[in-house]
Amino acid sequence: MADFCMPSLGADMKTGILVEWHVQPGDRLKRGDIIADVETDKGIMEVEVFEDCIIDEILTQPNTEVPVGTTIAKLHSAIGQESSATSAQMIVQNGQQAAQGTKELVLETQPGVPSTLESQPIASIPPPSAEPSESQRLKISPLARKLAAELSIDLNQVKGTGYAGAIQAQDIQAVALARTQKQAQISPEVEPAEAVAIASPATVQPQLRTEFQTRMRRAIATAMSRSNRDIPHYYLETQIDMSRPLQWLAKENQMRSLKDRILLIVLLLKATATALTDVPELNGYWLNDNLQVEEAIHIGFAISLRQGGLVTPAIHHADLKNLDELMMTMRDLIERTRGGKLRSSELTDSTVTVTSLGELGVQKVFGVIYPPQVALIGFGKITEQPWADQGMLDIRPILSVTLAGDHRATDGIVGTRFLQRLDFHLQAIAQP
Amino acid sequence: MNSSEEKIHSTVIILLHKIAPEADLNKLLNHSDIRQTLGIDSFDFLNFTISISDTFNISIPEDDYGKLVSLADIIQYIKNQNPQFS
Repeated sequence: MADFCMPSLGADMKTGILVEWHVQPGDRLKRGDIIADVETDKGIMEVEVFEDCIIDEILTQPNTEVPVGTTIAKLHSAIGQESSATSAQMIVQNGQQAAQGTKELVLETQPGVPSTLESQPIASIPPPSAEPSESQRLKISPLARKLAAELSIDLNQVKGTGYAGAIQAQDIQAVALARTQKQAQISPEVEPAEAVAIASPATVQPQLRTEFQTRMRRAIATAMSRSNRDIPHYYLETQIDMSRPLQWLAKENQMRSLKDRILLIVLLLKATATALTDVPELNGYWLNDNLQVEEAIHIGFAISLRQGGLVTPAIHHADLKNLDELMMTMRDLIERTRGGKLRSSELTDSTVTVTSLGELGVQKVFGVIYPPQVALIGFGKITEQPWADQGMLDIRPILSVTLAGDHRATDGIVGTRFLQRLDFHLQAIAQP
Repeated sequence: MNSSEEKIHSTVIILLHKIAPEADLNKLLNHSDIRQTLGIDSFDFLNFTISISDTFNISIPEDDYGKLVSLADIIQYIKNQNPQFS
């Protein structure tokens, strides 16, 4: 029997609202199936399971807010009893490692948002028991241990949400936050044990929905403050002559029905993804003082919400999709982002971010990298400009492309190479 | 606005609301730039043109996107393309 816990869908997520279950006790789920809808600061997300399993019991009622790490359902592995004890393979969202010997089915947190960086799998350590004995080593990240000491938090009161129940920094922060809230509301002196209670399930009040914008703003604030504090950005810009790509696109779209037309941004995304295969150093995470290049290219595309705020869902395997597939993915993503129906993996998988503010008229974008990613590509507005080419002066549609790079991970020369390849691939799409 | 224009107007407003339910349509005047005023991106705009095309039974070549800036433009465009609505 395993616990299915409220997943952490971002470093700053403290609680989640269980909106709706997609399953009933007895249901069999395959890896990747949706188990429930969870509302976070970033909208309602469909939470997937990462292992074949059978639902035993549902513990949390719909429309209930619970802290991250709370057991919301009991389930067991569908593969066989022995596998849950020893060889259950846990598929990690960013596909990097599988932990062995884990008894709990745990949803991995965002693959390396800074506060979870330290939570690397500790495969050799036995699974947690209900009451850890003195001799048993508590699974906890170094940062979490340090935080707990600083905040005087009793580790026995903390429910880990990392690999195999490992305690991460954000678990400590969640308890600390709950304690602060309790102190603010009740009394100045509260034991941590009581503090946990305040974060226990509470039925969602209508005002929580109206607070949605505030919470999203806070989530953006946390990530961007961290970025500005920790990431030494470097910025590069290149100007790309868009004559040929635009001509190609216009001609292509003439032959297509309205519904099948391709938008310029899809061309830009395709060229970006292909350029990243040439310069993979910009596609990955800065983790534990190391650049971890990711093989899969999942482009996070910044989508602004009209009511305010920003979501950057991942376009999975953007390099492997053709223009039509990218177009379809984008339409689907935008519709679901606006409608508030994203899947958990789409919010946690991005390996790089693209933001396109040109549509709204801005010429250049100086981006802020979304940690732990190491690059952000910004597309500005295409404007007609005088352009000298082979001794001739002409007026051409010019696109400004900027790259914000993490100087810890790469140097300007890498960024330069990337922008050159981007230009090359953009022109190449327009080749017959 | 005559009665046929009013009909087109109210239908276009309904279509816009479907594309951008969270946008404040009260801000939209007859000659305002729809995309700027409501924050309509290229995907929304594509969906919007598809719905106009389907509803009013007209084809909209990409070159004509520039003729679809404001509500007044769109009403005029629909009238020109499909005499049934003029």
